[in-house]
Amino acid sequence: MIARSGVQGHWQFSLYVAGMTPVAMRALANLEKIGDRFLDGRYSVDVIDLLEHPDRAESDQIIAVPTLVRTFPEGKRRVLGDLSDLKKVMEGLDLEGGS
Amino acid sequence: MQRLLAGKGQELAGELRGALGCGFDLDEPFLVLGGYVGKASEQLGLPDDGGEQVVEIVGDPAGQVVEAGGYYLDGLLIQLQQAIDQIGARRVSLDTLDILYSSLSNTQVIRGEIGRLFDWLREKGVTAIITGERGKEDLTRYGFEEYISDCVVFLDHRIDGQISKRRLRVVKYRGSAHGADEYPFLIGSDGISVFPITSVRLEHEVGLGRVSSGVPDIDGMLGGVGYFRASTVLVTGKAGTGKSSLSAAFARAACARGERTLYLALEESPGQLVRNMKSIGVDLQPQVDAGLLRVEAYRPTLSGLEEHLVSILKMVEEFEPASVVVDPITNFVTVGSSHEVHSMLMRLLDYLKGQGITLFLTALVQGAGQTDHTETSVSSLVDTWLALEQAFIGHYRLRQLHIIKSRGMEHSHEARELVMSSEGLSLRELPEFVAAANSGSTFVGPYR
Repeated sequence: MIARSGVQGHWQFSLYVAGMTPVAMRALANLEKIGDRFLDGRYSVDVIDLLEHPDRAESDQIIAVPTLVRTFPEGKRRVLGDLSDLKKVMEGLDLEGGS
Repeated sequence: MQRLLAGKGQELAGELRGALGCGFDLDEPFLVLGGYVGKASEQLGLPDDGGEQVVEIVGDPAGQVVEAGGYYLDGLLIQLQQAIDQIGARRVSLDTLDILYSSLSNTQVIRGEIGRLFDWLREKGVTAIITGERGKEDLTRYGFEEYISDCVVFLDHRIDGQISKRRLRVVKYRGSAHGADEYPFLIGSDGISVFPITSVRLEHEVGLGRVSSGVPDIDGMLGGVGYFRASTVLVTGKAGTGKSSLSAAFARAACARGERTLYLALEESPGQLVRNMKSIGVDLQPQVDAGLLRVEAYRPTLSGLEEHLVSILKMVEEFEPASVVVDPITNFVTVGSSHEVHSMLMRLLDYLKGQGITLFLTALVQGAGQTDHTETSVSSLVDTWLALEQAFIGHYRLRQLHIIKSRGMEHSHEARELVMSSEGLSLRELPEFVAAANSGSTFVGPYR
């Protein structure tokens, strides 16, 4: 239940999607579940729709969607996919407690 | 790794120029994706007028990515879309597709997404050239790219007897007839050259024009006029019998008519050749200075036979000579088997014949009693065959010349003495006792 780092602070994520497709919706829902369960709700998500901001794909180096980027705490980490694999998400975000 | 990919980039750009024969208009906007192509296109001299743009597709920083569930590669398509729209590209090259996916591990997703990428490119109406590495067992990395492509070209680089050979094969080309063979290709300073491996058909226009041998007396033996234009002439003889001298005389005569001549000197440097020929009254320097004679000296061992063929043909295309001299072709035997030499020479002489170019070859023959490569390789392909051999009279050595064959013309059947002096080359009657010795036996020629 304890995140190794930044648990006291406020976690920030960017979620890159290409339209609010089913896979994007799933990723968002899964992220909300994880945030509520492991971050006590102390997080915020900036959803970036590449269809609306296509230039962000190159500038932010996005190939796959959905891509979740942890922007805070520092040390960018990326997780691809609909975040359905909880273990992988925890590993990717450097969180502890998932299994 | 880097180098290998750079090579791929070059090959790719070359494909665009030549191999597929698409006749691309290089002024059209052209998008190159992938970091390795930029340098290659620069080397190939593609126009740097903003028509072409090299864009790097940036993927996830390697090693920092975790895959958690299903995903699509829309980010890639969006990056592509942006780049294409930016310059209005009609053509896209994606260099080394594999690299784009190198950070991803979900093969199933990648396969699906490559399919989507290809469809998407097709819908966009852009022509796309995509390179990828060969798969372990299949033609391609994911084993299906070839099925969803319209045209597949397979490039191969092999080392055969320490000689590097690049081959190209069109595996498929939807809606178009294409050669099924492997074609040798060469990457040079001005791009890629591809030449068919099989010979053109024997449909050359038959020329009736004649060209001088450069030695009036030899012309005299050849019906008084000389060789047929666009024919192939072979001069054989041992070392020191005057093969290069006859080549030089022929070349000088061609240049004197104002015709360009390409002289491939495989044993001497251009300087040596000019100096040595001057000593027998054949001054080539004025022709070199006038730009009519181009002497190219090189060692055949530097590359494979096919590369030689390609580079010779390239020189011919550039220089547009009326005659080509190869002195001697025997040196090619050092880099290929007899069969390969035969095949290469056949292609060379068929090509030159098709262009109306006269080809003058010399060949070094070994000592008597040995069958030699030259004979089996080329003698049947040539139109005129002059044999030089030496005879000893006491301690005087004389050079003897006779015509073994000269298709389609009256020619002398007598052997003559070839005389070299500072005034040039000439023929004279053989001394009586040599002639007698010749007729005494059945025939004491070099080919029995």
